[in-house]
Amino acid sequence: MDKPLTQHIKKDGSWLSLQEYEAVGGYQALKKALTLPPAEVTTIVTDSGLKGRGGAGFPTGSKWKTVPMGADAPVTKYFIANADEMEPGSFKDRLLLEGNPHQLIEGIIIGAYAIQARFSYIFLRWAYHQAAKAITRCIHEAYEAGYLGEHIAGSDFKLDLSLHTSVGRYICGEETALLNALEGKRANPRSKPPYPTVHGLFGKPTIVNNVETLCNVPLILTNGADWFMKLSKTGEGGTKLYGASGRVKRPGLWELPLGVSLREILEEHAGGMKAGYQFKGVLPGGGSTDFLTEEHMDVPMDYKSVNAAGSRLGTGTLIILDDKTCPVGMVRNLEQFFAQESCGWCTPCREGLPWTTKLLDSLEKGTGKMEDLDILTFQTHYMAPGNTFCALAPGAMEPLQSALRLFRADFERHIHEHKCPWE
Amino acid sequence: MASILIDNTAHEVDGSKNLLATCLSLGLNLPYFCWHPALHSVGACRQCAVLKYKNAEDTKGKIVMACLEPIADQLRISIEAPEARQFRAGNIEALMTNHPHDCPVCDEGGECHLQDMTVMTGHNCRRYEFKKRTHTNQYLGPFVNHEMNRCIQCYRCVRFYKEYAGGKDLDVFASHDDVYFGRHEEGVLESEFSGNLVEVCPTGVFTDKTLKKHFTRKWDLTDAPSICHQCGVGCNIIASERYGSIRRILTRYNGDVNGYFLCDRGRFGYEYVNSPQRILAPAIKQDGALAPASPDQAIRQIKAIIASGKKMIGIGSPQASLESNFLLRQLVGPAHFYAGIPRAEGKLLQRLIALLKNGKVRTPSLAEVKDFDAIFIIGEDVTNTAPMLALNLRQAAKKAPVELVKAMHIPEWNDAAVKDIVQGATGPFYVATPHITALDEIATHTYHAHPDDVARLAYAVAQHINAPSSIAEASSPAANAHPPDASTTANPDAEIEALSTLIAAALIAAKRPLIVSGISLYSQALLDSAAGIANALKDQGKDPGLVFIVPEANSIGLVMLSDRFLEDAIENPGPEDEEESTPDDATLIILENDLYERTFKSKIDQFLTRHKNIIVLDHIENATTRQATHLLPAATFAEADGTLINNEGRAQRFYQVHKPDNAVRSSWKWLQEFLLDTPGGTGSPAASDKPHRSTIDTKNFDSILESLVREFPDLIAITTLAPAAGFRESTQKIPREPHRYSGRTAMHANVNVNEPQPPKDDDSALSFTMEGYEGVPPAALTPFYWSPGWNSVQAINKYQIEVGGPLHGGNPGKRLFEPAIPQPSLSPSIDPSAAASLPPIPPSFTPMSGEWLVLPLYHIFGSDPLSAQSPAIKERVPQPYIALNDPDAANAGILEGHYVEILLNGQKHRLPVKLHTGLPAGTAGLPKGLAAMAGLQFPFSITINSAPHD
Repeated sequence: MDKPLTQHIKKDGSWLSLQEYEAVGGYQALKKALTLPPAEVTTIVTDSGLKGRGGAGFPTGSKWKTVPMGADAPVTKYFIANADEMEPGSFKDRLLLEGNPHQLIEGIIIGAYAIQARFSYIFLRWAYHQAAKAITRCIHEAYEAGYLGEHIAGSDFKLDLSLHTSVGRYICGEETALLNALEGKRANPRSKPPYPTVHGLFGKPTIVNNVETLCNVPLILTNGADWFMKLSKTGEGGTKLYGASGRVKRPGLWELPLGVSLREILEEHAGGMKAGYQFKGVLPGGGSTDFLTEEHMDVPMDYKSVNAAGSRLGTGTLIILDDKTCPVGMVRNLEQFFAQESCGWCTPCREGLPWTTKLLDSLEKGTGKMEDLDILTFQTHYMAPGNTFCALAPGAMEPLQSALRLFRADFERHIHEHKCPWE
Repeated sequence: MASILIDNTAHEVDGSKNLLATCLSLGLNLPYFCWHPALHSVGACRQCAVLKYKNAEDTKGKIVMACLEPIADQLRISIEAPEARQFRAGNIEALMTNHPHDCPVCDEGGECHLQDMTVMTGHNCRRYEFKKRTHTNQYLGPFVNHEMNRCIQCYRCVRFYKEYAGGKDLDVFASHDDVYFGRHEEGVLESEFSGNLVEVCPTGVFTDKTLKKHFTRKWDLTDAPSICHQCGVGCNIIASERYGSIRRILTRYNGDVNGYFLCDRGRFGYEYVNSPQRILAPAIKQDGALAPASPDQAIRQIKAIIASGKKMIGIGSPQASLESNFLLRQLVGPAHFYAGIPRAEGKLLQRLIALLKNGKVRTPSLAEVKDFDAIFIIGEDVTNTAPMLALNLRQAAKKAPVELVKAMHIPEWNDAAVKDIVQGATGPFYVATPHITALDEIATHTYHAHPDDVARLAYAVAQHINAPSSIAEASSPAANAHPPDASTTANPDAEIEALSTLIAAALIAAKRPLIVSGISLYSQALLDSAAGIANALKDQGKDPGLVFIVPEANSIGLVMLSDRFLEDAIENPGPEDEEESTPDDATLIILENDLYERTFKSKIDQFLTRHKNIIVLDHIENATTRQATHLLPAATFAEADGTLINNEGRAQRFYQVHKPDNAVRSSWKWLQEFLLDTPGGTGSPAASDKPHRSTIDTKNFDSILESLVREFPDLIAITTLAPAAGFRESTQKIPREPHRYSGRTAMHANVNVNEPQPPKDDDSALSFTMEGYEGVPPAALTPFYWSPGWNSVQAINKYQIEVGGPLHGGNPGKRLFEPAIPQPSLSPSIDPSAAASLPPIPPSFTPMSGEWLVLPLYHIFGSDPLSAQSPAIKERVPQPYIALNDPDAANAGILEGHYVEILLNGQKHRLPVKLHTGLPAGTAGLPKGLAAMAGLQFPFSITINSAPHD
């Protein structure tokens, strides 16, 4: 079982029905979990070393532990699956959502049981129509089979699960903005503290976990923390869905042990660069991570090592930059996305990102000046972590700041040649 | 207390504030936008960035937002570190990318927080070379102008309008750098507090539309500390003048009263001062018509009338100052001075004062109202009878949930966090009124019934509180789960019983319950029952508050000067010891009071025709001034000094803004003329009057005060409201004009190139010039806010001991009433308070067949006749209408908008019908105070004829 997460996903694009899922051992983990005290479920997940797969890499068990438990805890708690996958270059959750929604649903129920939540939601990206269809059907099946609602699997545990389809803003993937969106408010991020685990949806304790994270939960319950830990090549447990896009021979998505090297993903799984294209750089974890280059080829792709290399594992979906693509244009496109997706709450993000985009646009058109590079550098400091209200703008600065460092000559050529050299 | 290090200087500070408020309180300059002392911190603008160091060794530091930073002991930060300065300048640069830089044509220019903060950060060179985003502006009604292109997206407007004031029709739309603050479509801003956007907005997005029509820069205005005259709450205002007209009203911060805000009636209702109907010169009736006369002529004639020794009757006014009313009383003699309000109203005011003075419960200041955690409103439509009280009650409704959040160690100033946790929850809030009110939306329960039934509910609550065991049952969860519902409860007594136990339980469970009532429904039972509840709560060891709403700016002051009222003057023109005078040739002196607004026209007509000489002092032409034989141009608040007593019993001083170049002067100045030189012995005034005229010293304002408190020792505090006229700060007077006042030598140059001598002010320590003391003056004498680098209204920070706290030298105003028994009474049986002798509980109201009992309906715009003459307010005054109970109307076959005919004051009125107001069966409602229906004395009964439908 080297691909536990995706092993049952069918090649024909259809999702596993309840019957099919149960036939491969589905909902057995839930039944096991329900026999354990909630705290023990959390302990197992903590011991497994599972880290949030949405990008931040926060230990899942530790997050669950901060939810108030016991007699004094609020009766109403919420458990939310963040399926608002909108990070540029990321398409990993989509596979799990379309291919095996019951795995996610089982993960949600186990997680909800661990924190004793009463209500749960799947917050889905608006564009994932196929996933919406699959989830809707599977939730229905789960209710029919007694895995949702009252007396889940014959226990005293009650949980309702609803699908919420987002109207489509990137910021809704930020966990607190997601809560505001669910409450019907503007999708602005919230200030922390209070943390959502204590005061989340409608002010009640709430867990928000990424889809891939939750899909691992039934596997951990079934096979144990040690098993999960040993799946990886490094000290961080589990497998990871790695993806690659760009001018590689086989763009795609693979479940691999956490901590495989960048080289292995690129060369063995993606098949290396297409003929006629040279590798120039890579965003290792989606659009809001720093570029890595040739020298990082042997970096193990886990949270700690990618951090040490100066970037972030993020969503684990690689965007490869080749020598025939303008790095300024690539960053411009990214910044344009982030500028458009800013919620407009804090000044640096709201005003800084459009300015950044316009500067990059100007460089691309050949109207840039050397001073523009200083302003761009200034923007990367201005929108550094902590200076903004949430992580959107600092994330947006990651590809820019690394591009300015790594591809400075390419930026300057735009200025000196008064045009984009790749045009 | 905490010890913190700011730029290597140690400070001992109060640890309960955030770092930004702490820095500002220390007098340090740290720029900010989204933070507001009343709206607190949300961390949106990122302007107040400072460098925070981990410890003494840390040399690098980390940028943090001061508004979100709690104070910890040994906190070490830097405001001046280059990284922090650069960040703040960069942030301004970013904010400015889309700002139009149209300061020269912007109404905010010269008093713009954005300008001040930009200069403060040092950003001055624009690097952004691309197009700016632009927006379409909206028409928002007659009060507020909208220019969205100037917006820097601080979110203060929506946070004030929606979250603080409960408005529904202003919001933020769209996202990223396209966010838009406005209405969903063009239209009049509905909130009664929309004008505060003008001060809350840090730049020129929301500006004062009334100012725009006669625009003047801040530095060119002559300002004075004043008191709003438009209702009984007594908000502190700054009134400003140029070229003889009043240009605008701003909030004058008073930490005990209105804080940072005003209602729209108070802010925009000033323009009657500039009305073409102003009386600017004396007039004397000749051949049945008033003809202009010189002041000397008028004074001479009036003196002759007074000297003739005929009896004089003085009618005072709740709109006029204590001083003017007092001098009229002295002129005519106490026995002949009448408060110019109907007896019913006067008796209620007397009762109200007695309840406040003799009760056990302290009446809180307007500001303190925000700190109560359970509210019971008895009879008052607060949003329309005392708007600013309603604004603060909305804050009190949030108190109980916020207290819970504070217990979780989330500081109250972290507004975003508090709101995420509270989620719009409100505390116990009960509203019992005859009809639906704006505050119903935040009420736990509402009760709509006839005033007598509202009083019955209130008495029942008092009884339950007196016998706490009776509410044990009601406080059980089962009882709370099934609140009584007026529509389904057949038996009104059962409904009262159920609801009163709930309310009593909630009030007892609260830490600080507040009872709010007033006289707007002309019901003593409401006052008594409200006091009964408050006293009962006190007996139960609670710390309750009791607020009474009064109708006019000086209602309380007037009733403290006279215990006789309009009907007394009309029915019994004086004690029988008059010798030569027959009632009919007495001289009537009417002070700033349109009697035709007070009671039925026929009564006043008859009263006035009895008098040969009618001397009227007033500011605007009205039905009464038209009947005058001698008309004197009286000053409005803008041209007069004086003292008012508000509903709290707080005496407050207002100062004239400018000296008009016409004959207008304070009523007390006119009356002074007659008192100073009229020989006390000539003629034959009543013996009892003689001492008053002969002993009174009225040379100047301060001597009037002294005479006043000699006669009324209870009012002794009014002599200490503000420094006397002789006061000097560093040997200088306090200038009414800022030192940047321009055009002084030019503004009259078309008349005379010589610069005229500035007018003298002998009555106060204020001067009418730009020269004088430039520091922070005593709070009661502060005409405007300005501090180096702080040109906007936010310069107020520099006038407060700590940000959001009291002003230097204490908030102005003096309370006159404190409860008679400060401690909870141990033996209520010997309690001398009024509540001990409660009058009988009124019987439940039964509708009369074929008749409707008419109750007054109040309108923030319209029920105050003076402000309603201001053009902007006039646009918001409703057309006359009649409100009916829905089933009553249905039975009569009347639909919303149908016209009906009623007889008022002997006059036929054809009025459209308004339904869905919640009025009880058998009652109807008419708007109070509208010009078209003046002189109604509520409540009264009418018959209704269905008019032909349009």
